[in-house]
Amino acid sequence: MSHLLSWIVFSPLVAGLGILFVPKSKMDWVKWIATGVTGFGFFLGLLVWAQFNPLDTGVQLLEDHAWIPQIGVHYTLGLDGINFPMVILTLLLSFLACIGSFGIQEREKEYYFLYLLLTTGMLGTFLALDLFLFYIFWEVVLVPMYFLIGIWGGPRKEYAAIKFFLYTLAGSLFMLLGILALYFFEAPHTFNMLELGTRTYPLFFQQVIFLAFFFGFAIKVPVWPFHTWLPDAHVEAPTPISVLLAGVLLKMGTYGFFRVSYPILPEAAQWFRPAMAVLAVIGIVYGGFVALAQQDFKKMVAYSSVSHMGFVLLGLAAFTRDGFNGAMLQMFNHGVITGGLFLLVGVLYDRAHTRDLNVFGGLGARMSVYSGILIFFSLASLGLPGLSGFVSEFLCLLGTFPVYRTLTILSLTGIILAATYLLLMIQRVLLGPVNPKWEKLADIDRRELFTLVPLMIPILVVGIYPKLILHYLTPSLSALLTKLGVLIP
Amino acid sequence: MVNLAYFIPLFPLASFVFLIFYGKRLGPKSAKVAIGASLAALVTSLPFVIGTLRGAVFQSQFEWLRLGGAPLRFGILIDPLSAMMLFVVTVVGTLIIIYSVGYMHEDPGFSRFFAYLSLFMFSMLTLVLADNLVLLYISWELVGLCSYFLIGFWFEKDSAAQASKKAFITTRIGDVGFFLGILLLYFTTGSVRLVDLNPEFLGTFAGQSQILTLAALLIFCGAIGKSAQFPLHVWLPDAMEGPTPVSALIHAATMVAAGVYLVARSFGMLVTFPDALPVVASIGTFTAFLAAFIALTQTDIKRVLAYSTISQLGFMIAALGLKGYSAGTFHLMTHAFFKALLFLGAGSVIHGTGTQDLREMGGLWKKMPHTTWTFVIASLAIAGVPPFSGFWSKDEILVAAFNAGNPIFYYTLTVTATMTAFYMFRLVFLTFFGKPRKELHVHESPAVMTTPLWLLALGSAVMGLPGSPWMHHAFQTFIEPHAHGVEHTANPLVMQISVACGGGGILLAGLIYLLFPALAPFFGRILKPLYLASSRKFWFDELYQATVIRAWYGLGGLLNRFDQSVIDGAVNGTGLNTLRLSDLKNWVDIHIVDGLVNGVGAVIRGFSSVLRRLQTGLVQNYMFVLFAGVLLILFFELNQ
Repeated sequence: MSHLLSWIVFSPLVAGLGILFVPKSKMDWVKWIATGVTGFGFFLGLLVWAQFNPLDTGVQLLEDHAWIPQIGVHYTLGLDGINFPMVILTLLLSFLACIGSFGIQEREKEYYFLYLLLTTGMLGTFLALDLFLFYIFWEVVLVPMYFLIGIWGGPRKEYAAIKFFLYTLAGSLFMLLGILALYFFEAPHTFNMLELGTRTYPLFFQQVIFLAFFFGFAIKVPVWPFHTWLPDAHVEAPTPISVLLAGVLLKMGTYGFFRVSYPILPEAAQWFRPAMAVLAVIGIVYGGFVALAQQDFKKMVAYSSVSHMGFVLLGLAAFTRDGFNGAMLQMFNHGVITGGLFLLVGVLYDRAHTRDLNVFGGLGARMSVYSGILIFFSLASLGLPGLSGFVSEFLCLLGTFPVYRTLTILSLTGIILAATYLLLMIQRVLLGPVNPKWEKLADIDRRELFTLVPLMIPILVVGIYPKLILHYLTPSLSALLTKLGVLIP
Repeated sequence: MVNLAYFIPLFPLASFVFLIFYGKRLGPKSAKVAIGASLAALVTSLPFVIGTLRGAVFQSQFEWLRLGGAPLRFGILIDPLSAMMLFVVTVVGTLIIIYSVGYMHEDPGFSRFFAYLSLFMFSMLTLVLADNLVLLYISWELVGLCSYFLIGFWFEKDSAAQASKKAFITTRIGDVGFFLGILLLYFTTGSVRLVDLNPEFLGTFAGQSQILTLAALLIFCGAIGKSAQFPLHVWLPDAMEGPTPVSALIHAATMVAAGVYLVARSFGMLVTFPDALPVVASIGTFTAFLAAFIALTQTDIKRVLAYSTISQLGFMIAALGLKGYSAGTFHLMTHAFFKALLFLGAGSVIHGTGTQDLREMGGLWKKMPHTTWTFVIASLAIAGVPPFSGFWSKDEILVAAFNAGNPIFYYTLTVTATMTAFYMFRLVFLTFFGKPRKELHVHESPAVMTTPLWLLALGSAVMGLPGSPWMHHAFQTFIEPHAHGVEHTANPLVMQISVACGGGGILLAGLIYLLFPALAPFFGRILKPLYLASSRKFWFDELYQATVIRAWYGLGGLLNRFDQSVIDGAVNGTGLNTLRLSDLKNWVDIHIVDGLVNGVGAVIRGFSSVLRRLQTGLVQNYMFVLFAGVLLILFFELNQ
């Protein structure tokens, strides 16, 4: 049995513990160790890629050991088409955001330790196939995130950190109840997700449990109206943490639907999906309008996430192959695109020490490379054909259209809105006469470029030839649809 | 052989990628890369254009992705219509790129400009070659993006930044309709291929004619945005903020004509579900009239031409809506030549005088002979003077309108044709003839600019001939090879009226602006309401600003406040109430729960403090109490 997945999950943690023993005089080592291990993780991800067989709908690279046999807890990790793109995304973003962290000057040791702990938590959440293990990793993510925002954050960091922590903790408590109910429902008691997925439960029980999981996942996504922790957390979090928050953490929520709610509670999912579609469209339109009104660059990107994650939920509610493919691809694309946008906000903030959209203007003439890249990511975000955002939104809409026609049409407002708020941002930051205050801003430097260019590659590749990645998702998603009874094999 | 056609858009794409990375280092040589790529595309497309002239149709496909299990294939289709577009885009495009070398020289963004032009050529050629609506939509958005970049090319100017954003968002509103139309078509018929948009295939879905009529109208929405038709026409005049070659290439000859191309592509759909046709015809006719009316009084040379473009696009759309397929596409082709020439001529004037205001010009013909005479040729073409190209194509449109049944289309378009001749020659007389009205340092443009002018003038003069009776309507039989029943004959009555209208418009313009200049302000006074409506563009911008745009941003602000006060308020309220609740519990704890415990203690202590007094610790006291007790007992015992 291969231990590749365990290596992926735990190498950051091991390195993180090692970092704690770095002597004070060698503080420089810390960031290089962290970069090294996240880079190594990304390399392992490429190894996984090479071994992954996209045509196999089952679980691959499975690792399964009894962990607490008294209560039937197993240590189970495995990979399929549903978590594969998420794992690659997490490995890529945690590597790049680590390089993006070099600007952190204070308490580096603690920072990188928490950062690596967070990485382990995220990867574990995506790879765990045992509900108990899943819950542990899910909660492991919370703690370092709380400290990373609360210590290295902006002026209102305590407020934002505690709001994030309590809000998500409240959600995950519901989830814990759901997990326990599933465990105790039927003998032999088990936490194994695959095993639980083969059982049948009465509808009412499913509905209650679905709702419990829904709170846990919906707060994380975040689904309207559970989204207000997001802008605060983003605005206060340091740049690399924002990248991970938007790029990876939000996907844990929608991933939960794909991994837990849908396969284990299929009838309840059917029952709840009209409500999910409605919430999705509200999120798309509402998030877009609120993004339009923002004066803070980061807050605007944060609200645009609410809007864009709405498309994921919409695709999820569609119960069609295109909808699922679109939702899954949108999770990946949004992670890459929004991760890039947060890095770009950070680049500007490091130089100008403000994110107020009203004080900029004319930077296009001063920072031409920066401008080109910012425009590139904005276009990807507003769904310009030829870039990845278009493909996933197109698939979501295509998948939803035959099922919820009116809602799909309403959600198209979100596409116009995205053009409005992103072009307005470009106009306010890059165009117009140069504000003399920013006359001397330096263009993007090499390290920053190194964090951004690798994100531009998947945006272009997926945009031009989406089959390359869809090819990995489709078989597993089709198997899920078969299980949901929508697709006849 | 067919796969060679993939290279047609790839040459300009390669040029774009190269110039984005190395353009700055290349400096002035960047233009050569862009011109070379454009020429390569032109040369590569020639065998295909010639092939279609001989009756061939070229097709090729590859799988792009799978939709619901079925493959979505992208590919190339070169039939007469796309061959015609290919010819127009490569020829006019190459000439305009060459002209730009002169126009843009010494601009700090020189190489960036040519990079954008290359990207545009790539996108436009993909649009023309696309064999299905999805790929067409993708390139459709990309040309829109290039338009955005190029309108805002001088982005330090606030007005340019504003105009570029306006263009992108306005056209995107139409594009959402287009997108929805594609979805409807796909889910009803299962196909998005252009070759399937024919009456034979669509006729099998007669049961869903309502849905497909709606789909046709939604696809038409895309054309309304792109071709700047009413009510989304407001972006095109502002788009004149871009450099003039851009106005010529994108906002006159090619991209804005893509809307007409789309309607021509979906013509089979419109014919199969004819309920949509009157809508198309009405919007086209109304836009033609409205824009021509506004063009009458504009004083900025480029704005006159911009409204003229909107009006001419309206002619083409109207033609298609009146079932004049060959008329609309024919006018698309001739218009590309003479309107590109008009814009380049205007660019030459701006380059030579440094102003865009007609009121400051006059008498330029002596100092700018090349510009003047080529401009006059183009104006004769657009005014519909035989035998210039515009005459033949506009005549075709008027014939289609004449035969349409409802006379209102014919009358409106004929009046519009008269106005066209009038405003064009108003422009010609004010700019090139009469006396100079202001001291300007005028110079003729260099040969790199005037050569393309003369080549386009040649095109403006002769491109109409293939559609004329002299060449047996060769163009019409080429573009509509399957329309066997249609007999292309000239209609002498329509032709005579058309000539009279064109001549009348020119004469009137000469009278007012050349012979009796005092007449213009006089008419302006006695027709004041009409004059104001025209010069203020019917207040469309103000209207949209006060309603749609205000509501859009207002809703954003409103929802933002709602988000902060209500939704986040609820979250913070929950937090705060939890805190208050714990304060309350704290109080209860201290005062009641703990109070009870302490109270019990206090009571006990109270009792014990009383009792304590008994516990003095002195043996004498104890002995005394004992003795007293014994005495008491004895006393009671003895009394019994």
